[in-house]
Amino acid sequence: MNYIEKMNTTHLDILKEFGNIGAGHAATALSTLLNKQIDMKVPSARIVSFNEMMEMAGGAEEEVVSVSLRIEGEVTGNMFFVLSLQQAEHFISNMTGDKSFSFRKAEGKSLGLSAMQELGNILSGSYLSALGDFTRLQIYPSVPELAIDMFGAIISYGLVESSRYGDYAIVIETVLKEVEAGCSDEMKGHFFLLPDPLSFGPIFEALGVGINE
Amino acid sequence: MNSVGQVIKVGIADLNIVRPPNVIRTSGLGSCVGVVIYDERMAIAGMVHVMLPDSSLAKSGHMNKAKYADTGITELVAQLKAEGAQSYRLKAKIAGGAQMFQFNLQNSSFKIGPRNVEAVKQMLQVYHIPVIAEDVGGSSGRTIEFDPRTCELYVRTVNKGNCRI
Repeated sequence: MNYIEKMNTTHLDILKEFGNIGAGHAATALSTLLNKQIDMKVPSARIVSFNEMMEMAGGAEEEVVSVSLRIEGEVTGNMFFVLSLQQAEHFISNMTGDKSFSFRKAEGKSLGLSAMQELGNILSGSYLSALGDFTRLQIYPSVPELAIDMFGAIISYGLVESSRYGDYAIVIETVLKEVEAGCSDEMKGHFFLLPDPLSFGPIFEALGVGINE
Repeated sequence: MNSVGQVIKVGIADLNIVRPPNVIRTSGLGSCVGVVIYDERMAIAGMVHVMLPDSSLAKSGHMNKAKYADTGITELVAQLKAEGAQSYRLKAKIAGGAQMFQFNLQNSSFKIGPRNVEAVKQMLQVYHIPVIAEDVGGSSGRTIEFDPRTCELYVRTVNKGNCRI
């Protein structure tokens, strides 16, 4: 039987909690880094078709800033921290003090990009180390890589392993938002955690729930 | 691009056929390869959005033919022939297969872009379909659109501009 067919609501709730712990730590790190209040939405853990996945965060063609990494160890998978261009520019301005920072301008770009890269390193590092502490599983993230490109092109790398098993993936999504930004939809960052199909067994086992329960 | 016709969308691991005045498009190709096979005389074209190089990589019984280079191209050629295309007139244009990330290059699944391109070319050779134009590799995502009237493939990228091939 396919691993996706074995998933029940308890399993998805556990994955949600997984996202809650990781993104909670990342939100705290972001708040400390920017000295701003950061709001975290309740995470979701969902079974999505590949096309649904491609249409998240504004659609497959939407230009986004992403910090991506591969997870190896007892749990394997991919993680993406995805921001709109405006949000990334805003975060970069906050960190570097260059209020006129823009991806469209060459001036100050390399400093801005390394600040963004560092932001991604800190956030994904705090997300994954919190998960490692919680589950006592060995989780080794690769060096995160910054990409500014189409969302679909980036996220499809996270679907490669799942695609060998079917046309669905399980994604744990968490949205971080600056409290001051108000209700503007542009101003948010998405964490997408896509564990590989064979990692769900170890995750549930570590938390005392069998995949067949 | 075309005010009269419709845009036929091809999703990830999906395929479809197009005739004028419609055009066919797939968005956000990263490591995936978009393969267009067309018969200029009949003004018919098909597109497949290939995700993986070979159907032997599949781990479960369920098979989506459009996902793999081998089964996807075979299926597309069969559908084109069923629609009246002549196999000796078929030509191909391909785009995609980028290597956007460097992480875990020792893990073969992350060299997936170049592997997809190679598998697509091999499969096209099996059917004696010449590759007339290609925009493959590199590190940029692509969106492609094919017009069966002009047989031009429009390639859009975020970082490297747009082109027609």
